[in-house]
Amino acid sequence: MAGGFGGGATVSRTFAPVRNWLLLPSWAVIGIFLVVPVGIMLVYSFLTKEFRGGVIWEFSLAAYDQFIFDRGLFGDEAPTIEWTYITIFLRSIIQALVATVFCLVIGFPTAYFIATREPASRSIWLFLITVPYWVNLLIRTVSMKFLIRDNGPLNEFLLWTGVISEPLALVNTNLAVQLGLFYSYLPFMVLPIYASVERYNFALSEAAADLYADRWTTLRQILLPAVRPGIIAGCILVFVPSLGAFLAPDLLGGAKNFMIGSLIEEQFKGNAGNWPFGAAASMILLTMVLIVLMFYARQQSRADQGGR
Amino acid sequence: MDVGTERTAVGIRDVVKRFGTFTALTGATLEIRDNEFFTLLGPSGCGKTTLLRMIAGFEDVTEGAIFLFGEEIEDLPPNKRPVNTVFQHYALFPHMTVAENIAFGMRMLKQPRAEIEARTLKMLGLVKLGDFAERKPHQLSGGQQQRVALARAMAPDPKVLLLDEPLSALDLKLRQAMRVELKQLQRETGITFVFVTHDQEEALTMSDRIAVMSAGEIQQTGTAHEIYEKPANRFVADFIGETNLIDVTIEQVDGKSCLCRLEGGTALEATAAETPMAGAKGHISIRPERLSLTEAEDGVGELAGTVYHTVYLGTDTQHLVRLDDGAEVIVRTQNAHHAAVDFNPGDRAALQVDAGAVRLLVT
Repeated sequence: MAGGFGGGATVSRTFAPVRNWLLLPSWAVIGIFLVVPVGIMLVYSFLTKEFRGGVIWEFSLAAYDQFIFDRGLFGDEAPTIEWTYITIFLRSIIQALVATVFCLVIGFPTAYFIATREPASRSIWLFLITVPYWVNLLIRTVSMKFLIRDNGPLNEFLLWTGVISEPLALVNTNLAVQLGLFYSYLPFMVLPIYASVERYNFALSEAAADLYADRWTTLRQILLPAVRPGIIAGCILVFVPSLGAFLAPDLLGGAKNFMIGSLIEEQFKGNAGNWPFGAAASMILLTMVLIVLMFYARQQSRADQGGR
Repeated sequence: MDVGTERTAVGIRDVVKRFGTFTALTGATLEIRDNEFFTLLGPSGCGKTTLLRMIAGFEDVTEGAIFLFGEEIEDLPPNKRPVNTVFQHYALFPHMTVAENIAFGMRMLKQPRAEIEARTLKMLGLVKLGDFAERKPHQLSGGQQQRVALARAMAPDPKVLLLDEPLSALDLKLRQAMRVELKQLQRETGITFVFVTHDQEEALTMSDRIAVMSAGEIQQTGTAHEIYEKPANRFVADFIGETNLIDVTIEQVDGKSCLCRLEGGTALEATAAETPMAGAKGHISIRPERLSLTEAEDGVGELAGTVYHTVYLGTDTQHLVRLDDGAEVIVRTQNAHHAAVDFNPGDRAALQVDAGAVRLLVT
C-alpha cells in the first residue's frame, strides 16, 4: 500500500479534472435514485396529511406522533402509548429475524454442500438455486399460497400419507409468512456463504483434525469464524428485505399478520392513505436498517483487523 | 521386514493408494525407526505426499496396513492418531493468536489449563517467538509462520511429527538456516520426524535415512551416504546429485563385482548391488567428482576423450568430455586443488576413475 501511494497520487493529480467528469454518471445515479427519493420521503414525513392522499405543505410532527402516541379520536386526550404500530414493527422484526435464522439453518448446509462439490458441478448447483428467480416474486408468492392452501398439494399429500386427518390451516398464519419469506430470500443467504466457503482453505480443517479436534469442534471453532463475513452478509441480505416485505405478509399472512412493509404500502394505496404517516414509517424502517448495516460495518472492520 | 513391532515408529506394509483409476502408490513397505529423522524424497507426483497424508489420516488406505509403534492405525480418523503435521503452507488458524494456535492441540486433548499455558510458553521459547505470542499469523513473516506451525504441531508432544515440504515456501537463506534448526530440534526433542521433500539437498543434509520415491514406488531406502554412493538403480543415481550414466555390457562376473565393457571397447571394474549376469546390458554410474583429467598418453585400454566445454563454477570447474567410446561425461575438479594442467575445449585428455567409484546399475 504505502509503496504504491506515491505513484497513485501522481496519476490522480494529472487526471483529476477528467476523473471528476467521469464520476459524474455515478453521482447522478446516486443523487436521482437515492438522495432525492429519500429526501422527498424525509420532507413528506414532516408535512400535514391531505385526506384524499397527498400532503399539505405545512410543518407537522403528527405522523411520528401518531406512530407512537394515542391521543384519542379527536386528539384532545392525554397521550398514551399507541401499541398498534409498535406491535406491527416488533412483529416485523421478529418475523424477519426468524426468516433469517430459517434461511441460515437451511442455507448454510446448502452452500457448504455446493462449495465442496467438484468445481465443474458447482456452477450447475448454483444455477439450480437461481432458476426460481427468473419468475416474478408476486407469482412465486401466489404459487406458494396455492401449494399450502387447504386443498393444495401439500395438504393433499399429507392426507394421503395419513400423517394428518384434517388439512392443516396454513394460509393466513405466521408460518405461511415465514415460508413465503424463506422461499423469497433463501438464495441471498446461500450465495454469499457459498462464496466464502469456496474461498475457505480446507487445509485449516485438516490441521484442526490433525490437532485432535472432532468434526463439530472444527466446524464451530475453525470453519465458522473463517466464513463469518459470508454468514453476516447473507443474514443482512435476508433480514433487510424481509423486514420491509409486503407481498408475503399480504398474500400469505392476511390481516392478522400485518408487517411494516404492508403498513407503509397501505398508506400510499388508493385515496384512503396517509402519506406523511407512510413516509414517517418508512423513515423509522430506514433507521432500523441503517442500524443493522452499521453493526455489520463494525463487525467487518473488526474482522479485517483480526483476520486476513 | 516386520513393520508392525513396537520398535518401529511408523510401519508401512504393502500400502496401495488408488484415486479412481489412477494409482498413486503401488505397494509401499517402509520401516521408520523411533527417534529417526526420516525423509521421503522424490519428484512431484511420486506419491510421497500421499503416503504422508495416509500416515496423518487425511487419505484412506486402499490396500495394506499402517502401524504406529505396533498399533494398526489406518482405520482411525486423523484426530485419533497421536501424530501431528506441519503443513506445506502452514495452515495456521488466521483468527487465533500465535499462542492460541500453539495451544489448540493441547486444548483439544483437554489438558489442564496451567499445563497448556506452561507448555505454550516453552514451545514459544523453543522456536524463538516469545515476543510474538499475541500476534495474529498474518502479522508474521513467512519464516515466523513456519516456526509457529512447527511449535503448534510439536506442542501436544506427538509420537511422530509429519512435515509436508515445510521449507518450500521460504527463500534460500532462510531455508538453509531452518534446515539446521529443524535437525537440532529433532535431536533435542527425540521425536521421530517424517519429512517430505523434493529437494535432495534438504534430504541429504538433515536425514538419518531417506526413502527415494518415484512413480508411486519406493526406489531405495538408506542413509544419505548409501543412496549417494550406492544407488540401487538408474533413477536414484540420476535423481540424487549429478552422475554420468554410460551404457555397458557385463563381463567377468566375480561376486558383486564385474568388468563392464563400454561400447568403444574400454573396460572398467564396477560393483553392483546384487550379483550381475554376465553378458547382460546395463549402465555404469560415475559421479563427476570421482573423475579427474590428466594429459592424454593415448595408451591402449585407457579412458580418453576430447574436452568440448568447460564451465567455471567458483568452487570447482566442470569439464564436459566426449569419450572416444562415444559417451559424453562430466568431470568436476575442485579449484582448491589446482590442476597441473588447464584443459580447454579441444584438448585431448585421459580420464582417471577413483577406486570403487564405478557403480553398475542393471535397472
